[in-house]
Amino acid sequence: MRIGVLALQGAVAEHVRSIELAGGEGVAIKRAEQLADIDGLIIPGGESTTIGKLMRKYDFMDAIRTFSESGKPVFGTCAGLIVLAERLEGAEEPHLRLMNMTVARNAFGRQRESFETDLDVTGIETPLRAVFIRAPLIKEVGENVDVLSTYKGEIVTARQGNLLASSYHPELTDDYRLHSYFIEMARQAAGERG
Amino acid sequence: METGTSRVKRGMAEMQKGGVIMDVMSAEQAKIAEAAGATAVMALERVPSDIRAAGGVARMANPELVEQVMKVVSIPVMAKARIGHYVEAKVLESLGVDYIDESEVLTPADEVFHIDKTLFTIPFVCGAKDLGEALRRIQEGASMLRTKGEPGTGNIVEAVRHMRLINGQIRKVQNLSKDELYNEAKVLGVPYDLLLNIHETGRLPVVNFAAGGVATPSDAALMMHLGADGVFVGSGIFKSDSPEKFARAIVEATTHYEDYELIARVSKDLGEPMKGIDISKLHAADRMQDRGL
Repeated sequence: MRIGVLALQGAVAEHVRSIELAGGEGVAIKRAEQLADIDGLIIPGGESTTIGKLMRKYDFMDAIRTFSESGKPVFGTCAGLIVLAERLEGAEEPHLRLMNMTVARNAFGRQRESFETDLDVTGIETPLRAVFIRAPLIKEVGENVDVLSTYKGEIVTARQGNLLASSYHPELTDDYRLHSYFIEMARQAAGERG
Repeated sequence: METGTSRVKRGMAEMQKGGVIMDVMSAEQAKIAEAAGATAVMALERVPSDIRAAGGVARMANPELVEQVMKVVSIPVMAKARIGHYVEAKVLESLGVDYIDESEVLTPADEVFHIDKTLFTIPFVCGAKDLGEALRRIQEGASMLRTKGEPGTGNIVEAVRHMRLINGQIRKVQNLSKDELYNEAKVLGVPYDLLLNIHETGRLPVVNFAAGGVATPSDAALMMHLGADGVFVGSGIFKSDSPEKFARAIVEATTHYEDYELIARVSKDLGEPMKGIDISKLHAADRMQDRGL
């Protein structure tokens, strides 16, 4: 499976590395035309305001929506989760509005409150080491969204059909099981497309 | 649950990659920087070129200014502490800034020792002009590096020198044999384990940004071309004719540093960049890069 990582700003190389560890092929995506050549897209961590601005500037908004409507999976981590959300708390304008959820930015506080912890995730056998950096939280999800993990009662991993989102950074550890999970989503979607 | 681990601190810098961190002197400038697409702002009372002009002792910014900036933007806020000034750094940490720059732009508080950055929950960025400085700062706990360049000059030549030197030294270390590595650690004045890590991976274990002299979109793109992970712009934005345009153009040129038509397009109609200084005209005492070795 060829998995693209949106390369406008943020932790692109780490995702490419995790995808390759998980047996996929990772590609940095700088232009919307490149979306045609990939089976799944990761929107990485970074600054959501910067990524959102550059996505609008370089015509990624409709292109990613079309990509997702075609059934190909999209995975947002941290800032990427913010970019996927239909609703954002606070002043920031929502971006792709693809996932039926309300997200709070910097929900744990500032950098000194950033942390790592072991996290149980549905579909992954043993706990995952999850790194939360100025992380967002999913405050509320629609009926069509499955909650895959919570931390202290708050939602931190969710899936809605071909869309996957995590508050934390699976790409910052050597544990690539969530990337394997996403590659499997891409493989199934490719099977359904035929 | 653990806070302040090296993964959490270094990871924060990873999230800044491909981005532009801008110096701001007021809440209003911070908003302009955020709106232009900055990934973080550095709150300070004077940009480096003003520090040069003002002379005297340059210290940590006023806590009020730092708090005002933190209040108006949602992106990370960084602030500078003097080299070796543990208390300025602790004060900044208590204010809740997201990153501290232990910076040669300010007047050093200690001419021998840097801050022990392992004693902090929040991460530090430090300047380096060669691999020895880079690895010493990492050993002291820095989670991010930047070239020193020559701040406040609007002249990219020193940042280029430092980026090329560090990357050249990394390539050299990769090719040394193990017995040569022991000696190289001695020559560079760095811990052997860190040098062995460079030898094995061929890269620094932390993010390395360009800083010190970036004045135009092309300067930012040049540093990315040379291998920088992102760019700090100090005086280059708010000392230019049109800060908003310069800020946006530098952000775009950093993202698309290999798209020269795009860089040409964003470089039009910008007005004058900051006025630059020829490095050879600087007196030795005015060279900020020679502080904190």
